[in-house]
Amino acid sequence: MDKLPRWADLVLVPLISLALAAAISALVILAIGGDPVEAVTIMVNGALGSPYGWGYTLYYATSFIFTGLGVAVAYHAGQFNIGGEGQAQLGGLGVALVCLAAPWPHWSLALPAAILGAGVFGAAWAAVPAWLAAKRGSHIVITTIMFNYIAAALIVYLLVEVLRPAGQMDPATARFPAGASLPTFGEIPGLAAIFSKNVPANVTFFVAVFACWAVWLLLWRSRLGYEIRAFGKSEPAARYAGISPTKMIMVSMLISGGLSGMMAINNVMGEAERLLQNSAEGAGFIGIAVALMGRNHPVGIFLAAILFGFLYQGGAELGLWTTIPIELRLLLQGLVILFTGALDTMVRMMLAPFFRARRAA
Amino acid sequence: MDYATLLQILDSTLRLGTPLLLACLAGLYSERSGIFDIGLEGKMLMAGMASGAVAALSGSVWVGLLAGIGASMMLALIHGLASITFRGNQLISGVALNFVASGATVLIAQSLFQQGGRTPSLTGAARFTPIELPFAETLRAIPGFGPFYAEVLSGHSVLVYVALAAVPGTWWLLYRTRFGLRLRAVGENPESVDTAGVSVLRLRYTAVLITGVLCGLAGAYMATGLQAGFGREMTAGRGYIALAALIFAKWRPWSALWATMLFGFLQALALRPDVLERTVGFPVPVSALDALPYILTVIVLAGFVGRAIPPRAGGQPYVKER
Repeated sequence: MDKLPRWADLVLVPLISLALAAAISALVILAIGGDPVEAVTIMVNGALGSPYGWGYTLYYATSFIFTGLGVAVAYHAGQFNIGGEGQAQLGGLGVALVCLAAPWPHWSLALPAAILGAGVFGAAWAAVPAWLAAKRGSHIVITTIMFNYIAAALIVYLLVEVLRPAGQMDPATARFPAGASLPTFGEIPGLAAIFSKNVPANVTFFVAVFACWAVWLLLWRSRLGYEIRAFGKSEPAARYAGISPTKMIMVSMLISGGLSGMMAINNVMGEAERLLQNSAEGAGFIGIAVALMGRNHPVGIFLAAILFGFLYQGGAELGLWTTIPIELRLLLQGLVILFTGALDTMVRMMLAPFFRARRAA
Repeated sequence: MDYATLLQILDSTLRLGTPLLLACLAGLYSERSGIFDIGLEGKMLMAGMASGAVAALSGSVWVGLLAGIGASMMLALIHGLASITFRGNQLISGVALNFVASGATVLIAQSLFQQGGRTPSLTGAARFTPIELPFAETLRAIPGFGPFYAEVLSGHSVLVYVALAAVPGTWWLLYRTRFGLRLRAVGENPESVDTAGVSVLRLRYTAVLITGVLCGLAGAYMATGLQAGFGREMTAGRGYIALAALIFAKWRPWSALWATMLFGFLQALALRPDVLERTVGFPVPVSALDALPYILTVIVLAGFVGRAIPPRAGGQPYVKER
């Protein structure tokens, strides 16, 4: 098969995959009696048409950046981490424990501690599958899926039996102290002029942008990142060069789990301000789509996360204003993963004749 | 725990273990041919929705069953296309199709029935009814076996017996027929099969479609036998538990039966926490029971209970030499 030019591979293939997924979704909307043009209008207006919409879009995007980066770091080491969902839930537990541990005087003190708590708990949840994969040869995909379910059961148990304050009915932790409340976009000087006070996007967005830069630095500008990528490209070659496979699997999965866990500062600390059941709400899985769409590069992941933030918020608006159920976004998410991750060869085959023709001319 | 209670729990075990068994055997065909299938869950869900919806519309459970199998096979075909023809990543394809299924099922069910993504409750001929095995009441008098036969084995819907019959059927197909030999070979070493002049593509597509049929049965059983209609996310991770059972069973049909029945037993126990508390003497949190199949799987995967070695060519697309 002909090789596509680099720009086509990086830009055109994801965009065409997205177009295919959107086209199929449009057909589905038609089939269930909706109007695709109206649907797109509502999605764009609802997610991008107002500061309020952007406040939600960027809030969702923040979570997806973290989980997308998590998937990408593991992917560069040749590990497919589907456990982002469970790691994000455990990250939420870490955040909750940190926030409830002390009467935090100010969010600027609580935030670093919560980031640490979220990262450590997320990484710890990835550590067991990673160790089993490195030492016992367990299949990382199956083990991480299993750990998602175990995490869900564990969180339910802890919320019902341990962390729920006496006298409270719903399984959730107590509310976090006021000092652990992160400023939203409506409360940040400068941004407050644009955003209203009740948007959920918060200061975590800037932590996510910083994380993008840090992951880029790690993967492409550090010795460890070089080793991770070398290991991911070819394990025998890496082994020959003296890179320890155990270390690479462990380190990449710990970073991956830590990043997925850090998503919790956005939703648990920044929005809900207490730990609820199923706090990650599928964001861990969307990380897979975001990483695939963003070609596992921080810049791509940032853009893909915003795109999925738009789809997520737009999908919610659809559920609100039309008869099209909110589950449309699950379908779209699945199709994007299918086209970018599994049918990418098909997309390349479709493109190849165009480039061949141009070269011949 | 007295004998009567045990029989009740074993009865639920068989009911709850059946969808796991069908899905597990489904995965067995695909993975033995060298195609990983994480998408058992999605295929079951799709089949559950299709069979529930069509059974409700047509009033016939058999038409519903066909629709369920058809829907499941469609997803299987897409998985085959992605992983065999276009040599894509099989794990990603499976994950993707699970999302497609959880979205599409609610979308379609909602647009057909406007009941919040459910299908209407099925009654009468639109549902699989229990079958009384011959002599169930006559044999009940025999101590020990009699009640077991009447309570546990008898009185299930036809799909339960289909699932049980599929175990020896699969064993025979896999180990006693030419197709079975080739299927096992293509999962271990596709080059050898190709060299012998047998089409790797055709074998793998056949296996993937058989997987579709069996997942269709599993999903249809969930919606029309176990319960009276489809509800959103009704499979609740059963596809993944079946995958776990498949590894636990080391990709062998008889072991698949025992593994799925063990997981079915755990699910049945989780429904009766009172019995469990009386038996072990202290209250066991339900979440612990919910998590047990997954924890067991992790332990099995780690090779602490015998080593589970997957088919060697699993997950690798086959590129024919030119």
